[in-house]
Amino acid sequence: MQVPDDLKYSKEHEWVRTKADGAVTVGITDYAQDAMGDIVFVELPRIGDSFAAGEPFCTLESVKAVSECYMPAGGKITAVNESLLDSPELVNQDPYGAGWLVEVELDDAAEPAALMIAAEYAQYLASLTE
Amino acid sequence: MAGFVPHTDADRAAMLKAVGADRMDDLFRDVPGDMLLQQPLDLPAPLSEMELATHMRLLAAQNKPAAEEYSCFLGAGTYDHYVPSVVQHLVQRSEFYTAYTPYQPEISQGTLQAVFEFQSMICELTGMEAANASMYDGATATAEGAVMACRVTGKNKILVSAALHPEYRQVLNTYTAGLSVTVEEIPAPQGRTALETLERNLGPDVGCVVVQNPNFFGIIEDGPILGEVVNQSKALFLVCADPVSLGLLKPPGEYGADIVTGDAQAMGNSMFYGGPHVGFFAVTGRYVRKMPGRVVGRTTDGEGKRGFVLTLQAREQHIRREKATSNICSNQALCALAATIHLSYLGKNGLKKLAELCLAKARYAYQQLVRLDGVEPVFEGSFFKEFVIKPRLSPAKVNSYLLEHGIIGGLDLGRFYPELSGGMLFCVTETRSRQEIDCLVGRMGVCK
Amino acid sequence: MTKPLIFELGSPGRTAAGLPEPDVPVTKPEELLPFGMRRERQAELPEVSEVDLVRHYTRLSSLNYGVDTGFYPLGSCTMKYNPKVNEAAASLPGFTGLHPYQPEELSQGALKLMYRLERYLGEIAGMDRFTLQPAAGAHGELTGLLIIRAYHVQNGETQRNKVLVPDSAHGTNPATAAMCGYETVQVKSNSRGGVDLDDLWRLAGADTAAIMLTNPNTLGIFDENIKQITDIVHEAGGLAYCDGANTNAIMGKVRPGDMGFDVVHLNLHKTFATPHGGGGPGSGPVGVKDFLTPFLPRPLVECRVDEEAGKTYYLDHRGGQSIGRVKAFYGNFGVMVKAYAYIRMLGAAGLTEASEHAVLNANYLKEKLRETYVLPYDRTCMHEFVLSPLKSGERKVRTLDLAKRLMDYGYHPPTIYFPLIVEEALMIEPTETESKETLDGFAAALRQIAREALEQPETVTGAPHRTPVKRLDEVTAARKPVLRYQRQS
Repeated sequence: MQVPDDLKYSKEHEWVRTKADGAVTVGITDYAQDAMGDIVFVELPRIGDSFAAGEPFCTLESVKAVSECYMPAGGKITAVNESLLDSPELVNQDPYGAGWLVEVELDDAAEPAALMIAAEYAQYLASLTE
Repeated sequence: MAGFVPHTDADRAAMLKAVGADRMDDLFRDVPGDMLLQQPLDLPAPLSEMELATHMRLLAAQNKPAAEEYSCFLGAGTYDHYVPSVVQHLVQRSEFYTAYTPYQPEISQGTLQAVFEFQSMICELTGMEAANASMYDGATATAEGAVMACRVTGKNKILVSAALHPEYRQVLNTYTAGLSVTVEEIPAPQGRTALETLERNLGPDVGCVVVQNPNFFGIIEDGPILGEVVNQSKALFLVCADPVSLGLLKPPGEYGADIVTGDAQAMGNSMFYGGPHVGFFAVTGRYVRKMPGRVVGRTTDGEGKRGFVLTLQAREQHIRREKATSNICSNQALCALAATIHLSYLGKNGLKKLAELCLAKARYAYQQLVRLDGVEPVFEGSFFKEFVIKPRLSPAKVNSYLLEHGIIGGLDLGRFYPELSGGMLFCVTETRSRQEIDCLVGRMGVCK
Repeated sequence: MTKPLIFELGSPGRTAAGLPEPDVPVTKPEELLPFGMRRERQAELPEVSEVDLVRHYTRLSSLNYGVDTGFYPLGSCTMKYNPKVNEAAASLPGFTGLHPYQPEELSQGALKLMYRLERYLGEIAGMDRFTLQPAAGAHGELTGLLIIRAYHVQNGETQRNKVLVPDSAHGTNPATAAMCGYETVQVKSNSRGGVDLDDLWRLAGADTAAIMLTNPNTLGIFDENIKQITDIVHEAGGLAYCDGANTNAIMGKVRPGDMGFDVVHLNLHKTFATPHGGGGPGSGPVGVKDFLTPFLPRPLVECRVDEEAGKTYYLDHRGGQSIGRVKAFYGNFGVMVKAYAYIRMLGAAGLTEASEHAVLNANYLKEKLRETYVLPYDRTCMHEFVLSPLKSGERKVRTLDLAKRLMDYGYHPPTIYFPLIVEEALMIEPTETESKETLDGFAAALRQIAREALEQPETVTGAPHRTPVKRLDEVTAARKPVLRYQRQS
């Protein structure tokens, strides 16, 4: 399982990348995409929607399952990855890159600090598979 | 042994022994003793097959089926269209009717392909981009469509034309009872949906506008104008349509419908005292994943061969549970198969011709009837295969007189619309001959 | 071989339909239809001859597997034999040709049949009144929960907004609750596969509208605490709803009404031998205890006795507290005819024997498989049981593979991956209409597949090998849905 060093992670298996302008990009982790199997559809939020931390903001469907993604930090959606509408497989193929889900303007820029760093997340994954 | 249980005494003894039981009751040991029934169920004594066949024949003989023993001029959601022999013959193939829902596609290609063909035909007829595998009937399809519209628009009001079948409206009210959705009626004073009232009530809280076309009174609504009005709002436009009429009428998809529902009993299914019939449900492309019910899609197998599967299942109850688009599970697959076969039988030109026959015969009957002294037309406007007239005598009197002469007359509209009491809704399909129509007119003429 | 679609057959201009020429004066449709409402482009329907049509659908039928083809042990679905005499009865023109609005005096046979069927179902389920309107099991659930909702509303208890549903429940239960505006609260199962009473005790309260329960449950287990369960819910002020999908285990033995349930739906297409039709039509009548009768959908069939005329049956539309209609007209009458015929043929003794043998068959099959497969709940089962595959610990072969391989042996696979609380579940319901030889043959096939899973797993993971198509690409089907045929222009 890939766990890039430069990202922050939530217990619900979302990752957060902080960009230069302070906004963040959110996606699901390699572990999450692997557990879901082939993703066939992504239901994205609308730009401008606001969500509190822990609220579901996006739904991923595989053939026989549905998973919600939960906001790792509260904020407003400023962009969504529209290429997923036609190519949901990007989430499987490149979860940390082309398979990103949304960009968020955070309510509190400090909030991601509370998330796990890569080493902690890797340890968390290890505890799950024990 | 009765009940199609094949076990011999020896089988039963061997099997009981294998499971370590002395008698059948040992297998029910988890049932609390005081709950076990101490005496047999109070039911009539069993019948042999021969006795049952006679019993059922006698029971059936206590009915006087409209389609067999009378000239039937009743419609109102259940129609006496001719069912070609080939439909019944093929639907009775037990490979079709003894199968379950096609969850295992490798051994269900027959059902799956037939459903794909059904979906394709419904799309063609309605002018929509996707259709599901069927709903219980036209009423529940319409109710589920209106609820779906509120869900996708995030709004909580449904405007429904008073010219939608009254029982469909009742079902819609039932389906919305537990939801925070209100249903408001748009009157149809001239036998068609009041456009101005619709415009006035089409506020930002409206998620769906429901119109039947041709409507309950048989009248062809001005689809394009209604579509234009509704499409200017945020509400979705749901049109409930008669598939036979779509042989001649503009498909709702061409006048702005977002959802098209209806009942396809008219295609290949007997009236059957009101069921089983078959609801259909079609949408524009953007709402494909919001539809209730099962959907079949085309794909390929490991060797590249074309095949069909149940798809978009993540919408459904067995996966999404409380967040499913509906709880529907069993549908009306076999009735949908009958509709598919009938539509194939008619084909491109046959459906048009069938619709023309209905139109011509209904028109002829109407003209002859309103020419009679004491029979008044009630509404103006074009109609398809049903129309409303008002005889001088009460509908009850008229109908009982007609019945004495082998005719089942029109529906007494007072039953559903007190303000239209005295009015009768007649239906004339291709199964009514000119002679039967003339006979109806003759009897109506002397029934004063 | 792949079969062409009906659209790919035939030729432009061909038709099977021999419609009569009009015998009335014809005005051109263009003159009768409003300008904006005329169809400009004809629907692209098939253009085939009757022979094309018959061969096409006959070929399609040969790609299907039904109860008449072979053993169909689909758990939770009761795929028993569908007696042919019932089909014949339901094709009588005296039933098929009835218009729902024709005068009641012309429909006395139909109304009598419905009246009696309602009473038979009441006796079998231990309920006071039934509505025959619901078209399927899930439709019955909706009807039942709306009745419960109406009852609470009438009592001013609108705060009851939660429905308790065990974690082993059918997916329709929570989906139905949501359609009624209820929130679902999941109740845990205990180690014996029944409802965890402590958990239920904790969850039941002033906000409980109802519990929805299947008994015997989806593990095929009769919950021995059923009375305590319904008591706990009743004490909290809630009502108890029985999902009657598994009634085939208990006819003539024990009744939902005696277990403390207030509402039950029955599946005529499961328990009462009416065919499933490739997915429908079914019929899901809902029974209630007396105090809920006012809320039933209308009309109900009633009987009036007159000294001269004898019994007259009629539709009673009155009922101010009724939840309203759940369907146009009176329900799937054609299905009712078949269920009625089934009950008349079997009688009380026959129905009881049917249930006893359904339970015997399931227990017998379970015994035959216990050496080879894991039994997560090893106890006497009712009409079905659940396996969690392969004792051998062979991990490469999954339940899906076992199911697919069963097709090569000529069997319909059991229900798989349900209930959700059993990993890799394989849910088997043999029904009473299968013989000992059939069960022996099926058990032998499952044991043989278990051996294959060890010795030549790729035979199993690559299955099926002998079906009209191989495993289909469901991922692409769902990613890029193609839901209709479109003629290449």
